[in-house]
Amino acid sequence: MRLRRSLLLCAAAFLPLLAGTQAIAQEDLLHTTSEPGIRGGRLVIAQRSEPRTFNPVVAVDQNAHGVNARLYADLIHINRATQKTEPALAKSWTVSRDGTQFTLKLRRGLRFSDGQPFDADDVLFSFKVYLDEQVHSPQRDLLLISGKPFKVEKLDAYTVRFIFPLPYAPAERVFDDVAILPRHLLEKHYQAGKIGQDWTLNTPPAQIAGLGAFRLKQVIPGDRIVLERNPYYWKIDAKGQRLPYLDELTFVVVPTQDAQVIRFEAGDSQIISGLSADNYAALEPEQKARHFKLYDAGPGLEYNFLMFNLNDDLEGRLPEIARKQKWFRDIRFRQAISAAIDRAGIVRLVYRNRAAALATHVSPGNKAWFNSGIPIPVRSLPHARELLKAAGFSWTADNTLIDSTGHPVEFSIVVSSSNAQRNQIATLVQADLKAIGIAAHVVPVEGRSASDRVLNTYDYEAVVMGLVSGDADPTPDMNVLISNGQTHLWHMGEKTPATPWEAELDQLMAKQLGTMNYQQRKKIYDRVQEILAQQLPMIYLASPNILVGAQENLGNFHPAIIEQYTFWNADELFWHPPAGK
Amino acid sequence: MNPQNSGRRRDPSLRSGFFTRFRLSWAIWFLVAVHAIVVLAGFIAPYSFETQEREHPYAPPTRLHFVDCSGKFHFRPFVYVTKTAANALDEYQQDCSQPAGIEFFPKGDRYTILGMFSSTRHLFGAQAPANLFLMGTDGYGRDQFSRLLYGGQVSLFAGFVAAAFSALTGLLLGGIAGMYGGRVDDVAMRFAEIFITIPWFYLLIAVRAFLPLQISPVTAFLLVVSVIGIVGWSRPARLVRGVILSARERNFVLAARGFGASNAYLLRRHLMPLTFRVLLTQMAVLIPQFILAEVILSFLGLGIGEPFPSWGNMLAQAQQYHVLVSYWWMLLPGLAPVPVFLAYHSLAETLQERIKSNI
Repeated sequence: MRLRRSLLLCAAAFLPLLAGTQAIAQEDLLHTTSEPGIRGGRLVIAQRSEPRTFNPVVAVDQNAHGVNARLYADLIHINRATQKTEPALAKSWTVSRDGTQFTLKLRRGLRFSDGQPFDADDVLFSFKVYLDEQVHSPQRDLLLISGKPFKVEKLDAYTVRFIFPLPYAPAERVFDDVAILPRHLLEKHYQAGKIGQDWTLNTPPAQIAGLGAFRLKQVIPGDRIVLERNPYYWKIDAKGQRLPYLDELTFVVVPTQDAQVIRFEAGDSQIISGLSADNYAALEPEQKARHFKLYDAGPGLEYNFLMFNLNDDLEGRLPEIARKQKWFRDIRFRQAISAAIDRAGIVRLVYRNRAAALATHVSPGNKAWFNSGIPIPVRSLPHARELLKAAGFSWTADNTLIDSTGHPVEFSIVVSSSNAQRNQIATLVQADLKAIGIAAHVVPVEGRSASDRVLNTYDYEAVVMGLVSGDADPTPDMNVLISNGQTHLWHMGEKTPATPWEAELDQLMAKQLGTMNYQQRKKIYDRVQEILAQQLPMIYLASPNILVGAQENLGNFHPAIIEQYTFWNADELFWHPPAGK
Repeated sequence: MNPQNSGRRRDPSLRSGFFTRFRLSWAIWFLVAVHAIVVLAGFIAPYSFETQEREHPYAPPTRLHFVDCSGKFHFRPFVYVTKTAANALDEYQQDCSQPAGIEFFPKGDRYTILGMFSSTRHLFGAQAPANLFLMGTDGYGRDQFSRLLYGGQVSLFAGFVAAAFSALTGLLLGGIAGMYGGRVDDVAMRFAEIFITIPWFYLLIAVRAFLPLQISPVTAFLLVVSVIGIVGWSRPARLVRGVILSARERNFVLAARGFGASNAYLLRRHLMPLTFRVLLTQMAVLIPQFILAEVILSFLGLGIGEPFPSWGNMLAQAQQYHVLVSYWWMLLPGLAPVPVFLAYHSLAETLQERIKSNI
């Protein structure tokens, strides 16, 4: 009797496990190659502000992307460490010979975090929503090829085909971060035209579901967002354990980097990213005592630059700027400025040697696309003076540079007051330019005012700013580089190329987009970089290293140079047990 | 008028004459000395405020030596050439093989005093290639001591100009209100009350935001200082009005009026001089207030722009965590206003006591 009871108890205990094993066997799971971890624990991450929405269709802010990428999953994902694409919800894919058709095989048996099944209809629904003009999804622009949307066809319940209007080299990368939506939850809202207002911070967590490693557990507005592990997640490790390892992921709001550093040092948050070189140096001696480790992942995809206002039609509205544009449009003037700037000094003083000096917008961190044949400009005042002399400038007895009409060369450099590093860069540039007789005035303005001047009012003479490429591929730079790009910063709203070199840039960027062979594509993009280094529409200065930190017992922590730098693989992160246990 | 002879009882809070005189002379001499040092900043400072020694960012204060590395005593102070440690930005080591004496009247960066005298001779400096950073350097390798002296020009000048604006506007409007009374008084005083309620800080932010980019940092700063001064006129105006209201009924004023003196004459000849002490005291109170306003504005990035130093924008760098924990000398500009404020407050209090004792 007692034996029978024990056997029954044993069977009862193992039944869920057996059922689980059977479920795993039916699911088409992804086997990770990372170090198998230990389940349990909580990871706290500090963010500057809370996300504005949990809706991946309308999310634009970086904080929302950080949280949403944990809640939802994409078809093909870019591995932030290797910068290459890898299967995600799509198990495999094939490309047609002409490069216009992508056929994706989806994983079978997967479930959303609310337990509902996933299939090709969810994929079709998701892309229908993203491509719908009425929805105004910021993702839509990324899904247009030469202004035309691609088509999505369902071949069977687990096979979909994407048909591109043109051969599209970076097609695989387009799917990264495009979250697949649960049709069963959102279709009604979409049909009612309300999908844009759905999944706000006030939505009850149970009504939000995705295919990501975590699901929403709790939201305390202005304070924290708590995610819990998704029991239906579709990755397992080499030991057969279902990921993620962490029970909870908590995002807390800590508005400034200095405050984030203090919280990290105190152990209130366990990873920190976007450290300035100064804070990195301040934290470095504390590593052993406070049991954390700092990492320098090398130059990232951010590039900082000095840019002159080359916009058209400013004569009536901004005559003073229009007058100075005669200088700015002269390539010899821009080259002279570039030659006068001490990039090595910027790297040393602003970034404590944890940055790379730049000749173009592509940093050495972007290994696949960096053109190593272009020399980094070295400061040369004699060369700068030669160039200025050739352009008709001269100097007064007190070393003031004057133009051919006798006007002293003087301009303002706008910089965002909230960015300490860019303020430092502007101050160093100011001192460098004084050496060639140019009076540059640094004008720190509020960040939004600075971007408004550059993007909308064009009320600036020069600006020090920075951009971060979203991906290592050249495609995200299209908007900046092509003449009719939405963020063609040095000359906004340009309908046709204003100069022959801009026309060449347009042609090259269009050509690389349709070139499927990497080597040929690289050659084209090398030429793009050569043109930019020669013509200097932006005077590229430096790309800071990605500096991050984490508690020393956090396993599978592999910082990357693409956002999110520290928790891009949150599903693989785990806590090593304390030493001795 | 001597209070002991006046028959009136002396305020028991008034201190002894010796103490008051000592405090007054101490405050005056100290302020004269500080202002003289600041005016002569170009000569006293070993470097220009904008000279960047890029090989020496965040260098700690240079150590002055009388005893060399081999233990030998020297009567003339000297420094050692410092170099950064390998692979470190801000770790400095002294090179015992390269001592450099402190020089008096060496040649250095060109400077101008009061826009009139130009020279390259400085009071002291270290023999090249050594540097003399008495208060260390900032992140660009600029000498903090030199910047502190030049920064005083901006901060003290801002306080003085703004206080002068306030006092003059207050004298004019308070004088007219007190003299004419009635509706003129009502309008002027309501106007003063409106100015008291203006949130000047937000006004300054707005003014700063609307200034065109082409304005030089010095001009922009002067405009902001003028706005501070103009906004602060209402308190001196109310005081001046009070003095004039009481004085205009006094016998000598009534007598002058009886002899046919006009209002303008009475104001200029008899009433305005009575406000002199009140205004002087107000100036002594307002100057440190406006110096502090400049420090706060610069601390928040609304003051004078780079590369010009002020006590506020020098201190602003200490907002950053790494500066706060790693470079204590960057906090020294925060101490500079303290003795100046104490001296001004001492001066104001002493003047106040004198006014009371003469009433």
